[in-house]
Amino acid sequence: MSLLEIRGLRKSFGSLQVLKGIDLDVNTGDVVAVLGPSGSGKTTFLRCLNFLERADEGSYTFDGKVFDLGKMKKQDIAGIRRKTAFVFQNFNLFANRTALGNVTEGLITARKMTKPEAERIGREVLDKVGLSERYDYYPEQLSGGQQQRVAIARALATDPEIIFFDEPTSALDPELIGEVLNVMRELASEGMTMLVVTHEISFAKQVSNRVVFMENGMVLEAADSGEFFAAPKEARVREFLRTLREHGN
Amino acid sequence: MKERWITIFLDSFWKILLPGLKLTLPLTALSFLFALIIAVMVALIQFADVKGLKQLARFYVWVIRGTPVLVQLFVVFYGLPSLGILLEPFPAAVIVFSLNEGAYASETVRAALEAVPKGQIEAGYCVGMSWLQIMRRIVLPQAMRTAFPPLSNSLIGLLKETSLAANITVAEMFMSAQRIVARTYEPLLLYLEVGLIYLFFCTILTKLQSIGERRLKTYGGTK
Ligand SMILES: Nc1ncnc2c1ncn2[C@@H]1O[C@H](COP(=O)(O)OP(=O)(O)OP(=O)(O)O)[C@@H](O)[C@H]1O
Ligand SMILES: [Mg+2]
Repeated sequence: MSLLEIRGLRKSFGSLQVLKGIDLDVNTGDVVAVLGPSGSGKTTFLRCLNFLERADEGSYTFDGKVFDLGKMKKQDIAGIRRKTAFVFQNFNLFANRTALGNVTEGLITARKMTKPEAERIGREVLDKVGLSERYDYYPEQLSGGQQQRVAIARALATDPEIIFFDEPTSALDPELIGEVLNVMRELASEGMTMLVVTHEISFAKQVSNRVVFMENGMVLEAADSGEFFAAPKEARVREFLRTLREHGN
Repeated sequence: MKERWITIFLDSFWKILLPGLKLTLPLTALSFLFALIIAVMVALIQFADVKGLKQLARFYVWVIRGTPVLVQLFVVFYGLPSLGILLEPFPAAVIVFSLNEGAYASETVRAALEAVPKGQIEAGYCVGMSWLQIMRRIVLPQAMRTAFPPLSNSLIGLLKETSLAANITVAEMFMSAQRIVARTYEPLLLYLEVGLIYLFFCTILTKLQSIGERRLKTYGGTK
């Protein structure tokens, strides 16, 4: 079943057109990897999907409801945000909240949950990402990998229908990447729907079932993951994958 | 000569300290409290880029910072009565110092707001929080930490600046000293004495500042 359907998404910064008509389908349970060279618009695309950036035009179908990206209403955006979550490249944890506080903040303020109820859920998701020993630690007391796992727990706490990840491991030291990818792998195996911008080709190969390759603000190739890596159609994609392999990815 | 000095010093000590406790400190504390409220509001208006209000906020900061506080005191206390607005000296001083300090402090708070990483605001939106909730629970608490040392500095500055209220007949510490000078003709002794008492008050504030800073240094203290 199609959960998210994007048609003709366009976005400019001033006179610079960054997204030139993007189409995308995500079904419930999909893990979609978004690949592409730097500057191709991957981050901007993801940010448009959660309205951190406002797209200029396009249609956005979520859960069967169709929206016109050119004229989104405040309550439409709030409604979509309630059902989605975002994991940032540089974690963006609330510096003045503990790990548990980070996870419960949105539940208490936005969802009007009671504190005990929010904390029950908070502990549950922190346990899930392997941080049961770190409830009371502040972000500055955690390693990068731990911070990103808190961020993933914060995303999970709101029980989203899809999680957007923007290069979740790019800001991490190499030895910390594995712990974050393992958490994501587990989520995928449980059927969580995820849209992941990543440069981790092996992760994309193993975990994603669909791949979207972006270049220059457009989708150059979109295919099932097996097909994409076994026999990419576009010469440009083959070249991109070869360069990444040569750089030990 | 020496004995006379000691006698005058001791006699006048309480006569200066008492107005300090009864007027200088309350004037400082009240003005600073109102200044903080003004500063946070003015800073938030600019941070949020509220059209219209933002221009008003910039105008306020521009006028206040561009004119001497002494002039502001005179305008409010001696000038406003000709518009039919008569204020007692103490409230007039509180109003002027609040508005004056508020303008400076708003710049401190604004800079501190800007220093909070924008990503945390976006993360707040993503978990469904409203702008106000994000400000109140995430951004302001962090900004006030950043702003704590410069604001403490302003507080110490304000304490001394309240001596200007003598000019609008608030009988605070400095004016009390002046009155004793008029009686005893010992300006050196008495102005040194009142300076010493200011120094004493400021030392306490400095001490409080460093205690506060140590407490605020890291989230979760030393774990
Ligand atoms: N806020 C902005 N204002 C102006 N231009 C921007 C802004 N954000 C992004 N851009 C431009 O849009 C283009 C796409 O940027 P984007 O960050 O989406 O690329 P990306 O594919 O995520 O790259 P990377 O792999 O390096 O993260 C770039 O040319 C970038 O300079
Ligand atoms: Mg990017």
